[in-house]
Amino acid sequence: MLSVADLACERGERELFRNLAFELEKGQALLVRGGNGRGKTSLLRILSGLSSPTAGAVYWRGQPIEAVREQYGYDMAYIGHANAIKDDLTPLENLQFAAALRGRQFDSDQAVEALAQLGLSHCIELPARALSFGQRRRVALSGLMLAGALLWILDEPLTGLDIDGVAMVEKLIYSHIAAGGVAIMTTHQPLVLEGVIQISISVGG
Amino acid sequence: MNLYYYASPATFYPLAGKLIPWFAGLAVVLGAIGLYISFFIAPTDFQQGEGYRIIFIHVPAAWMSMFIYLVMAFWSAIGLAFNTRLSFLIARALAPTGAMFTFIALWTGAFWGKPMWGTWWVWDARLTSELILLFLYVGYMALQAAIDAPRRADRAGALLNLVGVINIPIIYFSVKWWNTLHQGSSVSLTGAPSMAMIMLWGMLVMALAAWMYTIAVSLARSRILILERERQTEWARAQLEGQA
Amino acid sequence: MLRFLITVVRRDVLLAVRRRGDWLTAQFFFVMVVSMFPLGVGPEPSMLRVIGPGVVWVSALLACLLSLGRLYADDFRDGSLEQMLLSPYPNSLLALGKALAHWIINGIPLLLIAPVLGIQFGLPAEALLILVLSLAIGTPILSLLGGIGAALTLGLRGGGVLITLLILPLYVPVLIFGAGAVEGAMSGTGSEAHLSLLGAFLVMSLLIAPWISSLALKVSVE
Repeated sequence: MLSVADLACERGERELFRNLAFELEKGQALLVRGGNGRGKTSLLRILSGLSSPTAGAVYWRGQPIEAVREQYGYDMAYIGHANAIKDDLTPLENLQFAAALRGRQFDSDQAVEALAQLGLSHCIELPARALSFGQRRRVALSGLMLAGALLWILDEPLTGLDIDGVAMVEKLIYSHIAAGGVAIMTTHQPLVLEGVIQISISVGG
Repeated sequence: MNLYYYASPATFYPLAGKLIPWFAGLAVVLGAIGLYISFFIAPTDFQQGEGYRIIFIHVPAAWMSMFIYLVMAFWSAIGLAFNTRLSFLIARALAPTGAMFTFIALWTGAFWGKPMWGTWWVWDARLTSELILLFLYVGYMALQAAIDAPRRADRAGALLNLVGVINIPIIYFSVKWWNTLHQGSSVSLTGAPSMAMIMLWGMLVMALAAWMYTIAVSLARSRILILERERQTEWARAQLEGQA
Repeated sequence: MLRFLITVVRRDVLLAVRRRGDWLTAQFFFVMVVSMFPLGVGPEPSMLRVIGPGVVWVSALLACLLSLGRLYADDFRDGSLEQMLLSPYPNSLLALGKALAHWIINGIPLLLIAPVLGIQFGLPAEALLILVLSLAIGTPILSLLGGIGAALTLGLRGGGVLITLLILPLYVPVLIFGAGAVEGAMSGTGSEAHLSLLGAFLVMSLLIAPWISSLALKVSVE
């Protein structure tokens, strides 16, 4: 589904990685490893199409992602360090706008259910400003369930989550991959995905 | 050997180094000839006296100020279209010289205005446009100075440069329109009533000198920018050590 | 496509409604700047009538720039901008929607306040009408061109002052045609020519500015 050939990235004057290549099929997960500042986030941003690599290209179903930008926009969901949650909107409104901006159908019952699944049913009506960091992270992650995207690109999805949260997100990712999805993640915390084909690469030597 | 070969900073750097003395030499020679024509050969103007001789500086500076902005836009467009780092560097190296000529044009305009119009500044269409051009240069340089990441600085500056170049004709037209409506001074610096042929030659030679100077200075400046950008590469390190 | 555009606009308007304080600041800034001029130059009615159109227009430019600094900045900080840029729709559509939302939130209130300020400067009724008309055509241009500046200065130190430096020179034609239209109405030389030139500039900005803004966003977010 997703393949990468001969990818290189420089930030400032430093070369972060080069000659990176891998291929992901349906039902596979890719774990990107590497210390702080080694280019994990840069790699994920390149894979999502937000930044351009110094050399090489990212292919989605055999086509360069710039050429299939529209389709890739529907097929891919990206969650970065920032949660893209607006303080002045409720979690439900946040999910609604996120869906509309990505051109997706929105079903509010489904959204309520998604929020409940991540343990947020009691704060659906609150403005997001009142939520803790971990709760906002959960709101952002619950958007994944509504996105209907085949490929998930998650930058440190477990940051700020408590033990329950981690378990919920593990389950979420597991069921996505089990249903034939693809996931790419970076994480410092151990992530348990039993029985899933995991590929791991490390960046930055 | 082709043009692409010199599009790489590592090969452009020594080439620029070789070219600088030639352009600098031409600038000095042409400048000397131009000044000789303007001060000794060109006759005294019967209306404006000796003071008019400032146009030999003013007009070439005004020409260069606009020309340099266009050249910068050309390199910015090339850089954005073909993703060549060197083009952005050249545009960036040209900007301070362009701003300097704009400033000289304004300054000499004021000096010319004092004896001619009895005032340092008139909101003449050309002077006003020149002032706005100076603002455009300042904006471009301020934006580049504010951005730390070189790649972003290059591209953001180039985009601003292009927006500016699309806007310049509109700005110039609007200022001219505004000027005629408000019946400002209709005396123009360039439209001197009796422009002798020799005066035109003086201005042309001075403009050529300014042009050669611009090339020499911006080549030197782009060499510094290249070294700064490429300081982690082998060849740039060798260069820096050789100089130290 | 149209639904996406409407969503972008609706979202920004809703956020502005939820944060009325920020929104009111820019409007009061406009009123205050205009009110400073009579204090600076004296209350002579004939003088005020002459400078009135220019003062209102210059203040409108400044008020517009004040609010433009935040056009993309909030979305950039909380990560929403990334999500919007990844949408399947063209990014120039996003830039157009953002500029449109900025005009609705900040431009339209200027149109409504301007006549009141015009009265303070003793502008005749006909001139007030032209003032509103010129602002109606001119303020969308301010939002569109300003969007380019907002995108270029995204996340930079001193972005607010920088955007003024970059964009104010580009506003010169709008100022000249806009204030000129009102003066034309007052002096009896007519304002149609000014307004049609302003209209032409608006059409051009509509065609070019969203596209350049989208390129600038890409450069800044990378």
